[in-house]
Amino acid sequence: MALLTVEDLQVRYGLIQAIRGVSFEVNEGEVVALIGANGAGKTTIMHSICNLIPKAGGKVTFMDKDITNTPAHKLTYMGVAQVPEGRRIFQELTVAENLRLGAYTRKSKAEINASMEEMYERFPILKERSKQIAGTLSGGEQQMLATTRALMSRPKLLLMDEPSMGLSPLFVNIIFDMIKKVNEEGTTVLLVEQNAKKALSIANRAYVLEIGKMVKTGTGKELLEDDSIRKAYLGG
Amino acid sequence: MSTLIDGLSLGSIYALIALGYTMVYGIAKMLNFAHGDIIMVGTYAILTTMALCGFPAVAIVMAVIVCTILGIVVEKVAYKPLRGASPLAVLITAIGVSYLLQSIAQLIYGAKPQPVTLINFGHVTFGSTTLNISTLVTLGVAAVIMAGLTVFIKKTKTGRAMLAVSEDRGAAELMGIPVNKVITLTFGIGSALAAAASVFYLLQIPATSPTVGSLPGIKAFTAAVIGGIGSIPGAMIGGILLGVIEKVCMSIPALNPYTTAIEFSLLIVILLVKPTGLLGKKRREKV
Ligand SMILES: Nc1ncnc2c1ncn2[C@@H]1O[C@H](COP(=O)(O)OP(=O)(O)O)[C@@H](O)[C@H]1O
Ligand SMILES: [Mg+2]
Repeated sequence: MALLTVEDLQVRYGLIQAIRGVSFEVNEGEVVALIGANGAGKTTIMHSICNLIPKAGGKVTFMDKDITNTPAHKLTYMGVAQVPEGRRIFQELTVAENLRLGAYTRKSKAEINASMEEMYERFPILKERSKQIAGTLSGGEQQMLATTRALMSRPKLLLMDEPSMGLSPLFVNIIFDMIKKVNEEGTTVLLVEQNAKKALSIANRAYVLEIGKMVKTGTGKELLEDDSIRKAYLGG
Repeated sequence: MSTLIDGLSLGSIYALIALGYTMVYGIAKMLNFAHGDIIMVGTYAILTTMALCGFPAVAIVMAVIVCTILGIVVEKVAYKPLRGASPLAVLITAIGVSYLLQSIAQLIYGAKPQPVTLINFGHVTFGSTTLNISTLVTLGVAAVIMAGLTVFIKKTKTGRAMLAVSEDRGAAELMGIPVNKVITLTFGIGSALAAAASVFYLLQIPATSPTVGSLPGIKAFTAAVIGGIGSIPGAMIGGILLGVIEKVCMSIPALNPYTTAIEFSLLIVILLVKPTGLLGKKRREKV
């Protein structure tokens, strides 16, 4: 069953049309990768799904509800969370405060505390640094925090925009293991990546975006073996 | 000694007003040029209530209610439609709101200054120093208000949401924080603080006119910039610093005529040495 459906999405920046009629869907339980070169429009799609930027056309459906014009903060209540490009943790707040803000949509203090303990158990480094100002964390730790912060809302659908950007191979592995684990526990994931090899290796299905248009789709495995994809995105 | 206490007291009035500028700037990313005029509205709310019923407590509560509602209405009617517009358009609108409020006050109350008697506290003497009780009350109550605000911002969910919006509006939205409501709340709080400032202002100078908010407004804005605009502790420190300097300069005969010039020179010097103000940070703009 399709959890998220995007139909004929169009986005403009002034006169420039950055997204030119993109359609795709994410089924419940899947990891779907969206790959494409720098500037293809991946972040624009992620921002416009959550209405951080306005759409020029198209329709977005989540769990059979039309969310085309639903503001971002209401989507969080519905079960959509996004780890935005560049992590965007609250640099001036502590690690613990960041996690609590991630649980902004939840009411029960006891449950929120339990979730925090769970995150700390999984990522002891976050516990060690819980009282530290988040801006002082390393890039990898910040990505870890951004991801756990998004998970604190207990999303049904997690949108991740280039989580591996700028990270050491060690942290790339940690983050991808995290994505796999989160997915196994029942969260559906839409993953945007320039690191196509990594993304395709964990994706059930994938779409390839080129200058604002979808040019190819298939299973992760199919695209990993596709010649033109190999040449363009996997370094030959 | 009494100069210092006078300065701290005046400084805490500047600080209360500066908090309004700095919170609105931090969260809505705009300079609310009309903020000083909210103080003016507060003084007329007190004048009117005192004339009608004569109870200072009622007058103070009225000032807070009128200012808070006015701040929220101004935001909704004048500023919200301009969200995302160029900063210059917003600034010009704010200047327009400022003149509008002054003109309305002039239409209703006339241009002439009017006396406003709120409470007459008298004074106390400690040894050789004589202090106005109103000065001590101002200092004490303002300190409690600022401590309360600090705790609210740091410890409550809503306060943390305000910090999140001020740092990254888009990321705050993604957390589920209703950014527009947080902005409205910020205008409400800033205006309530301005109402408190209008009360303390009248305790020091028991008179008002349609332009009464301009000078304290500009001084407090200066204080907010000195402290680092957007920074809450910065506004408090900047306000206190400016108030103390003002009273100290005024108490020294040789410097007295140059008091205002010295205050603005301080602004220029601090901005030259540290362009972001004492506690200010560089900001990144995000979607
Ligand atoms: N705020 C903006 N204003 C104007 N053009 C933009 C803006 N953001 C992105 N673009 C343009 O839109 C296109 C897609 O950008 P983006 O979605 O960031 O790509 P990607 O995430 O795939 O690297 C690029 O050509 C980029 O220059
Ligand atoms: Mg991008």
